[in-house]
Amino acid sequence: MAVPATRELSDDQYRSLLKETKCFACVGVSANPLRPSYFVIRYLALAGYRVIPVNPAYEGMSLFGEKVVADLASIREDAEPDIVDIFRRPQEVPAIVEQAISLFPNLKAIWMQIGIKCPEAAALAESNNVVAIQNRCPKIERQRLFGELRMAGFNTRVISSRLKI
Amino acid sequence: MSEGPSYGFDTLQIHAGSRPDPETGARQTPIYQTTAYVFRNADHAAALFNLQEVGYIYSRLTNPTVAVLQERIATLEGGIGGVCCSSGHAAQIMALFPLMGPGCNVVTSNRLYGGTVTQFGRTIHRFGWSARFVDTENLEEVDAAIDENTRAVFCESIANPGGYITDIEALAKLSEKHGIPLIVDNTSASPFLCRPIEHGATLVVHSTTKYLTGNGTVTGGAIVDSGEFNWSRNDKFPSLSQPESAYHGLKFHETFGPLAFVFHGIAVGLRDLGMTMNPQAAHYTLLGIETLSLRMKKHVDNALKVATWLERDPRVETVTYAGLPSSPYFERIAKVCPKGAGALFTFAVKGGYEACIKLVESLEIFSHVVNLGDTRSLVTHSASTTHRQLTPEQQKAAGAEPNVVRLSIGIEDPDDLIADLDKALTAATT
Repeated sequence: MAVPATRELSDDQYRSLLKETKCFACVGVSANPLRPSYFVIRYLALAGYRVIPVNPAYEGMSLFGEKVVADLASIREDAEPDIVDIFRRPQEVPAIVEQAISLFPNLKAIWMQIGIKCPEAAALAESNNVVAIQNRCPKIERQRLFGELRMAGFNTRVISSRLKI
Repeated sequence: MSEGPSYGFDTLQIHAGSRPDPETGARQTPIYQTTAYVFRNADHAAALFNLQEVGYIYSRLTNPTVAVLQERIATLEGGIGGVCCSSGHAAQIMALFPLMGPGCNVVTSNRLYGGTVTQFGRTIHRFGWSARFVDTENLEEVDAAIDENTRAVFCESIANPGGYITDIEALAKLSEKHGIPLIVDNTSASPFLCRPIEHGATLVVHSTTKYLTGNGTVTGGAIVDSGEFNWSRNDKFPSLSQPESAYHGLKFHETFGPLAFVFHGIAVGLRDLGMTMNPQAAHYTLLGIETLSLRMKKHVDNALKVATWLERDPRVETVTYAGLPSSPYFERIAKVCPKGAGALFTFAVKGGYEACIKLVESLEIFSHVVNLGDTRSLVTHSASTTHRQLTPEQQKAAGAEPNVVRLSIGIEDPDDLIADLDKALTAATT
């Protein structure tokens, strides 16, 4: 695999990001329960995050207690995403990132899902002090760092003799 | 998944997967001797059954003690995750099961444990699968054997009964060219000596019965996935890339990405084949792995001493140990298993079949058993035991001719092992 354009986060940085985050906006989410994006938002919502689904095709539908909005600009003022999680093709990513940066001044991270890499958009995010994560899944990383993947025999790379991490 | 902090092998073999028990603080991994697990509520149960959440349902699928072992082996192998099962033979079926279907074949090295030759050469035919045995020293032969129905290439890192080391990287490149995974049985090497994923293997299988457990106490197996193979790159792996009707049409690879093979191994493989490892077995193997590196170093040191002594003995025709400079595979050690060529090898006794039988029966320290990777030194006459069901040609390809004795060198005092062999060779050849 080629060297990623962005600096990889350490496990401690992932842990802090996922602990400090309260709200995700998930762009390109599906309402089909069999699609990977549905698995992800279902998981994030059950884990206690506020999850704003973004997809013009499902505008107005309710998913996990939140109305689906057509685009980031339609997110109401009472919700401010800490992380914008992107389920769209790489060529659509730069416009989403530009919009996210202009709309949410306190944005912590842009997160591109597995299979999605866009070094140009990642660089734009980082130049605005927004963390950029490419080709990863917040569900997998949270499950890995907070003990769930341990139950299924995955290499979590978490080594600790403390009772609670 | 992201790179976590990196630790040395000696630390990982003790700590990977194992955390203090959250309820009691117990530092050693408890044996969770339970069949079933209470659900939080009906929604939780449904989510587990739909694979929307990870958790314990029933010990045929997952168990906390077994999960620690799976994570530890996966970590030592440098894979993304692992599935444990009831034996090394079970691991081989579990590795092939998601890849194969009726009419499919596996192209496999002919230098294999005799039980695998039988499993691949005969038994898997009943599933409609087949195996094509090839000489992995001849890459053109391997290449020519792969056709549109081939779903994997299979080999052993250090081949049983010994003396041969596979050029894993060359086979991995060939497999990659054909869009299929390379499966490596790493039992005889253990991840301390060889890490096949670093050489391009997709799947690693183990008989955990051997060096990983180390004391000859329990049988078990493991499959480790690298997490690097794109199962949707072609139409060859529908079990992973196409909708699974038992899970409402979910596509494993699309949904779980690099975790797909392991989740399939649990949710379909263990669920329906039922070749489960029990928590007691996992406990013994976890204890064994804590000292893996210490034992492997001693196994390798002893094997080199014994093999060197045997090679100089006039009563011995040949010694196959790849750690000897006379071995045609000596140069390959530096590339494939730089910490040593293992502790499993064969030697040919002057006097043939009869002398071999007499030698085996005259040993006092070596135990005459069909196992390997024990702390005790073991001896087998492969042609009359593990490789008995093979044809003479298959025995020759596997290095198990009638005049050949296989040794699995333990961690006793090497001088005592040499003295034992000396006495038995005298009894066998006079």
